[in-house]
Amino acid sequence: MKARLITATAVLALMMSVGASAQAASTLRYCSEGSPEGFGPQLYDAGTTLDAVRPIFNRLIETKFGTTEAVAALAEKWEVSDDGKVYTFHLRKGVKFGATKYFKPTREFNADDVVFSFNRMLDKNNPYHGVSGGTYAYFEGMGMGDIMKTVEKVDDHTVKVTLNNPEAPFTAELGMEWASILSKEYADQLEKDGKKEQIDQMPVGTGPYTFVAYEKDAVIRYKANPDYWRGKQKVDNLVFAITKDPKTRMAKLVAGECDLYPYPAPADLKLLKLDPRITVGESEGPNVAYFIMNNKMKPWDNKIVRQAMNMAFNKEAIVKAVFLGGAKVAKNALPPTIWGYDDSVKPYPYDPKKAKEMLESQGVKDLAVDLWYQPVSRPYNLDGKKMGELMQADLAKVGIKANLVTYDWAEYLKRMHAGEAPLGQIGWGADIGDPDNFLYFHGCGGTGNPPGQNNEKWCNNDYDALLKQAKETSDVAKRTELYHKAQQLMHEEAPIVPIVHSVTFMPMSKKVVGYMIDPLGIHNFEGVGLK
Amino acid sequence: MIRFVIQRMLLIIPTFLGAALLTFVLIHSIPGDPLQMLLGEKVIDPVRHQELLDQMGLGKPLPIQFIDYIWNVLQGDFGKSIQSKESVLSDFFARFPATLELAFCAMLLAIVIGVPAGVLAAQRRGSVYDHSIMGAALTGYSMPIFWWGLLLILFFSLNLGWTPVSGRIDLDYYFDEGTGFMLWDSLMSDQEGAFRSALSHLILPTIVLGTIPLAVIARMTRSAMLEVLGEDYVRTARAKGLSGFRVVGIHALRNALIPVVTVIGLQVGTLMAGAILTENIFSWPGVGSWLVNSIYQRDYPSVQGGVLLIAGFVILVNLTVDLIYGLLNPRIRGRR
Repeated sequence: MKARLITATAVLALMMSVGASAQAASTLRYCSEGSPEGFGPQLYDAGTTLDAVRPIFNRLIETKFGTTEAVAALAEKWEVSDDGKVYTFHLRKGVKFGATKYFKPTREFNADDVVFSFNRMLDKNNPYHGVSGGTYAYFEGMGMGDIMKTVEKVDDHTVKVTLNNPEAPFTAELGMEWASILSKEYADQLEKDGKKEQIDQMPVGTGPYTFVAYEKDAVIRYKANPDYWRGKQKVDNLVFAITKDPKTRMAKLVAGECDLYPYPAPADLKLLKLDPRITVGESEGPNVAYFIMNNKMKPWDNKIVRQAMNMAFNKEAIVKAVFLGGAKVAKNALPPTIWGYDDSVKPYPYDPKKAKEMLESQGVKDLAVDLWYQPVSRPYNLDGKKMGELMQADLAKVGIKANLVTYDWAEYLKRMHAGEAPLGQIGWGADIGDPDNFLYFHGCGGTGNPPGQNNEKWCNNDYDALLKQAKETSDVAKRTELYHKAQQLMHEEAPIVPIVHSVTFMPMSKKVVGYMIDPLGIHNFEGVGLK
Repeated sequence: MIRFVIQRMLLIIPTFLGAALLTFVLIHSIPGDPLQMLLGEKVIDPVRHQELLDQMGLGKPLPIQFIDYIWNVLQGDFGKSIQSKESVLSDFFARFPATLELAFCAMLLAIVIGVPAGVLAAQRRGSVYDHSIMGAALTGYSMPIFWWGLLLILFFSLNLGWTPVSGRIDLDYYFDEGTGFMLWDSLMSDQEGAFRSALSHLILPTIVLGTIPLAVIARMTRSAMLEVLGEDYVRTARAKGLSGFRVVGIHALRNALIPVVTVIGLQVGTLMAGAILTENIFSWPGVGSWLVNSIYQRDYPSVQGGVLLIAGFVILVNLTVDLIYGLLNPRIRGRR
């Protein structure tokens, strides 16, 4: 009996080890952190979803891999009219849409695809406008419906986009996933078959990979597009193995079940760096965690009080305790990885004594106030509660009794946007490599009325004028100068306390070649191979 | 018996309505709206925000929304997911086989080990077997699933390399049109090694999910057996000279199984709750983690539909358990 038991255990162990070791050399396996909401690049704005659609699509203009520089993609070149309102795009010839099991393209990419893709979002009468709910999170969130006026075909390889007002960041904005180019031919076929919603579930694009299958919450499979216009990929297949728990993602990398994974738990980094088979890529994250003081409430409407608050927080301690060293102390609302960052700004020192004196000089003494901390982990703030506790202790040193408060995430955002938070944590991660993306929402557009996303509810006409001017100028040097001025003004007025810019880590097997950590925090597998 | 089944079937209607109403009230009483969750830190114009909520059918008064929802469900329409934009039914049934397969294996493990362990502990009451089994059962029952799962991964997957870390099958295997039941699909496929891979992926999640029901079943079997073993008919059976196996296995166990079967039925609900954590640790693409994510995202149709469908499943299992009582004990069958 005992012998039989031992034999059975041995057989079982053998079976298990055989099952676990099989793998194909030409498959790049990425342990992604979550499930995509769908495969319609225009519908969603969650990073996880955009990572999943990115391999399938291209845009007219894209961000150069590993940089924040906008480069030609499906548009070979483009011109901007003198008034900055009309963009003429000359499309690349000979680009093919990837063939899939469910669609075989019969023609190459042309202007019809571009007009269809933009008009789906822009034109309420477009037959695809209301398909899949008709909510275009990024397009609407960035106010593109107000920025863009028309998209017209000039000829098969020329498209004219007219804007309502000059928008200097427009070319950078076109590099985002919402501006991906869909196949009009595929859309027409689906419309004919009465299966329009399939366009957002079984995608067709011109990208480096074609979509094969999505096993919900488990695996996304892609195949290299043999006709890709930038050349075939180094691997035959790309697989996203959805692994929500960061500890499990780490275990899978160590066990050789995946080749790379994002968002490691900070506590695991030390161990990972010790493993000779693994390399941990890192890059400063394009994000900022900041602390808001509601400028519409007393005493935060007082500049000296706000400046004192900028001296109250021990940001180094936050970096150590919350990020275990994986972050950099911030002095501006713009991260240093984005062009236009003003390094000349002299940070407020950590000086609780002086801060207390300044507060007392303004009559702020024994103040009790609510401090809102983020209930969820975000790339720019891994642990809102811990950060809140550190902030609470720092504020106690300057004579402020902070009462920690939080809400469910959706409610937190809603209330903060409505201006209910006196003090609180929030942050922002880059959508595009343009300073406007980080600075515009701190302004009020010259209306004196802060929009929802201006969580500190600070309005300053000079700041608004600088941003408006920068938005309407296409000269990068001039824009840089304007953004520098805006950051200096913001530093002086101190409507917020910039806290940290977190560092992005990407643990990967040493077999992986060609992977670059993108300064915009996106995960891009084009050109990535295996040794 | 038929009358009993009909009676139980009729009871399903108010249970369903109650579950639907409770879920609806609870999910709508959590602050926040699904559109804000889609937008994250971004903000859109408040008028457009309301327009989009109206488009999602969330602009109407709550009682009207509930009546509309029930009316649609009665016609088999569980609505569309706000996140995936796909039908809730298709989202649910894409994941349900994974949960069912895992829950079935976990329950099988719990019964196959739990019942004999309980019988042994009862038979050798006070012995080292009894103490060991009950000690292990108590430990298993108290073990946090998350910790237990990670511990097994560390030991068996990373240290020994015997089992895969997570997932349902090796990434190299792919079945174009499967049933969703990985063991079956891999067995039916002509891909070499697929079944072994699927089986090896099931081992750790099965152990983790099956541990608590196993402990409960073992403890319940032991106490039920102790009660039965003291009955006159067992003494009579022994006096008649029947073998120990016949006395315990046929006469005593059959009667002791009635409360055990009840517990097994109730454990199905526990399994569904445990599945959420287990699925998360082992990246098991089941309904548990899908439902939790839907709650976070305020995906009202998915939460409501998912809870109703799971409630339906649990009700069905419990109905089956009631029917099994009759098979185990003819007196119950007769009384009904």
